[in-house]
Amino acid sequence: MKRHPQLWLLAAIILAAVLSASARPAGVNPYYLGVAVDVGINVILAVSLNLINGHTGQFSLGHAGFMAVGAYVASSITLGLAARFGGPALTPLLFAGSLLAGGLAAALAGLAVGVPSLRLRGDYLAIVTLGFGEIIRVILQTTDAVGAASGLKGIPKFTSFGWAWALAALTVYVVACLVNSTYGRGFIAVHDDEVAARSMGINTTRYKVTAFVIGAFFAGLAGGLYAHHKQFISPGGFDFNKSIEIVVMVILGGMGRTAGVIAAAIVLTLLPEVLRPVAEYRMILYALLILGLMLARPQGLFTWERRTGAKPGPQPT
Amino acid sequence: MKPPLLDIRDLQVCYGAIEALHGISLSVNEGEIVTLIGGNGAGKSTTLRTVSGLIRARAGGVRFAGEDIGQCPPHEIVRRGLCHVPEGRMVFANLTVQENLRMGAYLQRDASVVAREMEYVLGIFPRLRERSQQAAGTLSGGEQQMLAIGRALMSKPRFLMLDEPSLGIAPLLVKTIFEQIVAINRDRGITLLLVEQNANLALEVSHRGYVLESGRVTLTDAAAALRSNAEVRKAYLGG
Ligand SMILES: Nc1ncnc2c1ncn2[C@@H]1O[C@H](COP(=O)(O)OP(=O)(O)OP(=O)(O)O)[C@@H](O)[C@H]1O
Ligand SMILES: [Mg+2]
Repeated sequence: MKRHPQLWLLAAIILAAVLSASARPAGVNPYYLGVAVDVGINVILAVSLNLINGHTGQFSLGHAGFMAVGAYVASSITLGLAARFGGPALTPLLFAGSLLAGGLAAALAGLAVGVPSLRLRGDYLAIVTLGFGEIIRVILQTTDAVGAASGLKGIPKFTSFGWAWALAALTVYVVACLVNSTYGRGFIAVHDDEVAARSMGINTTRYKVTAFVIGAFFAGLAGGLYAHHKQFISPGGFDFNKSIEIVVMVILGGMGRTAGVIAAAIVLTLLPEVLRPVAEYRMILYALLILGLMLARPQGLFTWERRTGAKPGPQPT
Repeated sequence: MKPPLLDIRDLQVCYGAIEALHGISLSVNEGEIVTLIGGNGAGKSTTLRTVSGLIRARAGGVRFAGEDIGQCPPHEIVRRGLCHVPEGRMVFANLTVQENLRMGAYLQRDASVVAREMEYVLGIFPRLRERSQQAAGTLSGGEQQMLAIGRALMSKPRFLMLDEPSLGIAPLLVKTIFEQIVAINRDRGITLLLVEQNANLALEVSHRGYVLESGRVTLTDAAAALRSNAEVRKAYLGG
């Protein structure tokens, strides 16, 4: 996948288009379709966080915050347009525009969080990003213009399977291309040894901030998709738990292994759905399973070679 | 006479409240190999780190090729042709040998130049060619040191600073590495500043040397003179 990311992107987009085109007339169970959209959104979240936490070796606990920014900005735009011009004014192009606006707003927030990351690392950075996520949530909770604690309702249903998977493919493509370019190997270099990277002429500061900005942008896109999928958002949906959920996907996917992180995002999205029959024990079982997986495979669930050609070396911490 | 390529004047460097360098001055002329010797904690690595911009001096100046680089960020200093191989084999463990070398040419935009430099490095360190697709983290200590030096060469430096290139490496590999250090200087005209615990070996290949003791330069002379200096012999050359 690292060798020919373009082909993978193409294959994924075609698959998404075919599936979304055939799904509607065939009347596939909408529940399955909904879960598939969730999978796409979580792939975007996990792969984009992987750029920050996995490839660049920072530790962000604020991904839900970026997602919230994207979700609220995108839905405010579509809701505002619908209120002023009526439903028919909303075309796919406008939806794309509102998603983009959400992504850009989140990227701006990423810039704001990325700057303190220059001086902080490890647990300190984790605390700052955690604080950022909570600040976003509290601001949303107290802003009446976006529905305060009750959130935004009646968001037009725009996100389809095709949208979610096409953007997931785009995210994977961009991140894979990025870390496999000569420029992008700088992310891995910053992760492996910051002092050596600096002495090699790599502007580590710029890489760290770039990782935050790009990661946040895609989290913002995911937020917009999420809002137009669930048609309802509230600050509670973007809390600390959501950030942890994404961090778990990255850790179980094996930090920095793109394919593993995608697989973990898929498995962890499906897991609670599969566990639905056991109703009230579902979340306990889910938590126990994750705990067990973490203990059994601390190096990640899927430990095929992280990078084509590179035999695994010792993982620096 | 031409001004020195690297000129350090009254450099004072602190870690928090502790002053590690109490105003040292040294210079390296174009084409020279100069060695910095001194005991543990004398401030050798601190000197190199300050020159390459990894840490900032409290006072004093660093001039490279006639220009003040005291306030430059590290990447700007590398761009000017001054490259530093830090102490302790800092290779990028998750990148392959080849990718590590490419990172060394990070600021080089011309692909044909990168390919040529790569050939040169793989030529002087054939071990790296054999292992070019291997993750750098799995190399032996000596191989990692070769890789670190090779990676620095990829930036086409005018001036190279090596911090303890022989640290923890088998004697045979140390010999190879030092032969290549001489070759780099002779064939490519690269000026070198070495920091070495193995002072004998380093002075053997150097033109001049400085002795650093607790943050001060206590002695400087031609390498041959330092090797025959009774006090230096006693303190650093094992008698
Ligand atoms: N990051 C740091 N923080 C605080 N003090 C430091 C730091 N790095 C070095 N020092 C102190 O500065 C002094 C000089 O250290 P330096 O690493 O330059 O010595 P050195 O000559 O390279 O020694 P060695 O031969 O052991 O590598 C020492 O007293 C050391 O304890
Ligand atoms: Mg040292």
